[in-house]
Amino acid sequence: MASDRAIEAYVRTEMVPEEAPPASTSGVIGWVRQNLFPNWWNAILTVVGLYLIYLVAASLIKFAFIDAVWTGTDGSYCRHDNNRGKVPQGEPIGACWAYVKAKFGQFMYGFYPEMARWRVNLTYVLGIALLVPFAIPSVPYKLWNAILLFGVYPIVAGILLSGGSFGLELVETTQWGGLLLTLVIGITGIVASLPLGILFALGRRSKMPIVRLVSVIFIEFWRGVPLITVLFMSSVMLPLFLPEGVTIDKIVRPLIGVALFSTAYMAEVIRGGLQAIPKGQYEGAMALGLSYWKMMGLIVLPQALKLVIPGIVNTFIGLFKDTALVSIIGLSDLLGIVQTSFADANWASPTQSATAYLFLAVVYWVFCFGMSRYSVFMEELLHTGHKR
Amino acid sequence: MTRKLLSLALGAAVSVAAVSAASAATLDDVKSKGHVQCGVSQGLPGFSNPDDKGNWTGLDVDVCRALAAAIFGDASKVKYTPLSAKERFTALQSGEVDLLSRNTTWTMTRDTALGLNFAGVNYYDGQGFMVRKSLGVTSALQLGGAAVCTNTGTTTELNVADYFRANKMQYEVVAFEKADEVVGAYDKGRCDVYTTDASGLYAQRLKLSNPDEHVVLPEIISKEPLGPVVRQGDDQWFNLVKWTLFAMVNAEELGVTSKNVDEMKGSNNPGIKRLLGVEGNFGENLGVSNEWAYNIIKSVGNYGETFDANVGPNTPLGISRGVNGLWSKGGIMYAPPIR
Repeated sequence: MASDRAIEAYVRTEMVPEEAPPASTSGVIGWVRQNLFPNWWNAILTVVGLYLIYLVAASLIKFAFIDAVWTGTDGSYCRHDNNRGKVPQGEPIGACWAYVKAKFGQFMYGFYPEMARWRVNLTYVLGIALLVPFAIPSVPYKLWNAILLFGVYPIVAGILLSGGSFGLELVETTQWGGLLLTLVIGITGIVASLPLGILFALGRRSKMPIVRLVSVIFIEFWRGVPLITVLFMSSVMLPLFLPEGVTIDKIVRPLIGVALFSTAYMAEVIRGGLQAIPKGQYEGAMALGLSYWKMMGLIVLPQALKLVIPGIVNTFIGLFKDTALVSIIGLSDLLGIVQTSFADANWASPTQSATAYLFLAVVYWVFCFGMSRYSVFMEELLHTGHKR
Repeated sequence: MTRKLLSLALGAAVSVAAVSAASAATLDDVKSKGHVQCGVSQGLPGFSNPDDKGNWTGLDVDVCRALAAAIFGDASKVKYTPLSAKERFTALQSGEVDLLSRNTTWTMTRDTALGLNFAGVNYYDGQGFMVRKSLGVTSALQLGGAAVCTNTGTTTELNVADYFRANKMQYEVVAFEKADEVVGAYDKGRCDVYTTDASGLYAQRLKLSNPDEHVVLPEIISKEPLGPVVRQGDDQWFNLVKWTLFAMVNAEELGVTSKNVDEMKGSNNPGIKRLLGVEGNFGENLGVSNEWAYNIIKSVGNYGETFDANVGPNTPLGISRGVNGLWSKGGIMYAPPIR
């Protein structure tokens, strides 16, 4: 009995409560140990990496925020007093945000008349109002949305932006600039290159010799010349070829060039997707008695396009960034207008160009990152069957 | 529906405008469309650059404005086409612009082989050198062995090569595409010498972190007479542009400014009377009204005024008149008389 009791004393009647895992393997410390300092060479890499980040980030933050000049009415606020400026000598000068602030309207709209800038804003708002529901898969009425976005919207946007009718003041395309022009060229290129690219990709795989030949020649021609050459051709050579009295708008010329150029790349990206579809899919579709266009539209292209989303978006992003090249032919796109503003001696300062380029980088990054995130979202949504 | 859309799109793309043929009378054309289409640079401090409001300003821009004032009596009737260096001549030849006022150097090839006419000189520029004071250099001839920062592919680079070869000096070129990169590299000490057109040296000096440490050497190693350009074969237009420039220089010489031009109309000086159209039919001979020069001076100013307003000592550029002064004041700005 007594021994029983003694044994009983060793038997717990209740469960031992769960203990938190040791501090060294959980929480922040655990994560840091596991991922940053698991062994000595990784620890060294971590320290070196952190130091490099510190080097870059610290000077960037110091330049962009701590030493930055936020207010001012001309460049003298961003220059030292021995340079006809207002900053005491010896003090560091960071980013001259006052300059970006003063030029912001120009960076966004170029030489678009200030009184008419509401039209640009309205165009943006309409575009976003149509694009957002189109981009969210769960919103219904996709067909009508698409008709509005790709059929009606370009016409409305064209009327709003250039004016000349409906009582709107005419704004010539030479006055367009800044982000507006970058978006016009980029979006037109993107919207035109996808359908055209699909056509040429199909054409290149077609069994009809002439269609195939034309597609191959088109694609190889545009892929074979650098974009800069295309732009120079459009702005320098084309006016000489045209009959006297006929001019093609200075903006439309590179617009067409950029669109055709990216079409060729798009066609090859999509052809890659078409080749990845097994032959059985084609044969199955044909066995069902589907016509060529039904086979492509219902069976092959949906699978092929889904496969090459990363490639398509890659081309889009590349195209959007390539629009910066039009500044070489005298168009004041975002990059062009920023570089033009360097010539304003009223704002000359040692940090003028660095500030403007930093601003540019942020703007381009926001747009490109946005496109990239949307493509990731679409891939997740359509990952049926091939995602590992 | 598709056809309608297509024609709409095409209509928007191909605007069949009445562009002046290269041989036609540009002046009639300009008068009928109601504005001067002026080719300017994409941005050169003091010569053509947009201000905070997006209005084009500068010495080159003032030539366009003066021309519009001469034709329409309104200096604002100008539309600007920013042109890169590569496309500027094509734009003029194809009739895209009526006048090229884009810091273009008057050279023989351009004047003869390209089918262009230079209507005069509105700024005498030349290539200069800037060095650090700490080098102790006082003349460009002491620059042997120096590293020279400059722009790629411009005449600047060739001029340096010529100059150093002619003086049997060694040098090393550090070339960049953009002016900002060049000045940045020079500021960080990647080269000893910064060379570009003298007007550019003044503009870029503001971008140095400590301009006191730098000095512009006295040597000017090239001749860069900059001026407005028109197409060959339209003498009436050529004359008008030429005399627009001359009128501005003559006005300065006669002491007529935008402020006193109204009083000057009552002046007894026959030169002023002829300039302002009180006497004679000088404007009509050009194909514009006799008030042409009055309008130029009233709305744009004389040459000295535009110089001071855009590049002169009180602007951030702070360029002194130097060779661009009147011939009577030690410069070489000289205009034939109006008579």
